[in-house]
Amino acid sequence: MSVLVHKIAAQFVASLPLCSAMGLHIGDAQDGAPAIILPYSKSLIGDPQTGVIHGGAVSVLLDTVCGAEVFGHPENTVPTATIDLRIDYMRPAKIGEPIYARAIVYQTTRNVAFVRGTAWDTDIDNPVAMAAGAFTFAKKAAKS
Amino acid sequence: MNAREPLQDIKKRRDGVLQSIVNAIPFAQFLDVRVERMGNELSFILPYDKKLIGNPMLPALHGGGVAGFMELTAIISLTWYSIWDDMEAGKLLSDENFPSDLNLPKTIDITMDYLRPGLARDAYARATINRSGRRYASVHVEAWQDKHERLFAQCTGHFLMPEQFILSEK
Repeated sequence: MSVLVHKIAAQFVASLPLCSAMGLHIGDAQDGAPAIILPYSKSLIGDPQTGVIHGGAVSVLLDTVCGAEVFGHPENTVPTATIDLRIDYMRPAKIGEPIYARAIVYQTTRNVAFVRGTAWDTDIDNPVAMAAGAFTFAKKAAKS
Repeated sequence: MNAREPLQDIKKRRDGVLQSIVNAIPFAQFLDVRVERMGNELSFILPYDKKLIGNPMLPALHGGGVAGFMELTAIISLTWYSIWDDMEAGKLLSDENFPSDLNLPKTIDITMDYLRPGLARDAYARATINRSGRRYASVHVEAWQDKHERLFAQCTGHFLMPEQFILSEK
């Protein structure tokens, strides 16, 4: 469903301070196509009973991948910012496994980009969390 | 309630339980989240750190980090209000397994609303529990920096409550 189209933008975004502090990077997912990857780390645990990564870390990953797709969108002209982002947590992430994420910009207007993102661990068809968001956008003026 | 209980005992119990919960969550340590308490009311602090930046040009805080901070605010507040009676009854600090036997609420969904850029300075948050049922809870979080009335982010989340917050209490 989702794609990681704008690899250079994603590489730039994953290098931002918070992202690099959490180890976010670009790599290939199980299907051989690129995704943004959040490596498992004990410092990101949210539930000490189970060792599952905190939802907030998954929020960083999904916000980053959604933002990267908007930032790299060929019609965009300025840096982007999140207006709103809804995240559904479908299940706990598997302990010790990296989490992959991709997003797709499915609609843009002059000032807003609408994005959906997915995060999964071992099975691309069984997501850990999904995001739907709106981001600031400045569409290139159409040439007349 | 014991009206004659020495003040330092009350503070020791409440601050001890609160700090144990925060210390038990590694992600809260990663973000260096602090909590201040006035009675049962909690205020959360996200001290500014370079690693929280998402836009180095402005500079502005990363929305995801702010999201994590607000989600922690919701989860810790929900836990705090839920275990209050057990804590006041003195059941928690006498429990050698606390806080490792603590079950936390699980996030079902959370909707972030970014009102203005988070500046390169400390951020604060407070949670309002709009509903806390046996299974589900709905929590609203406000986050601000300089002026409380000028929120820079807010969120509403739904949480699945654990069957028991304290495991050993069968």
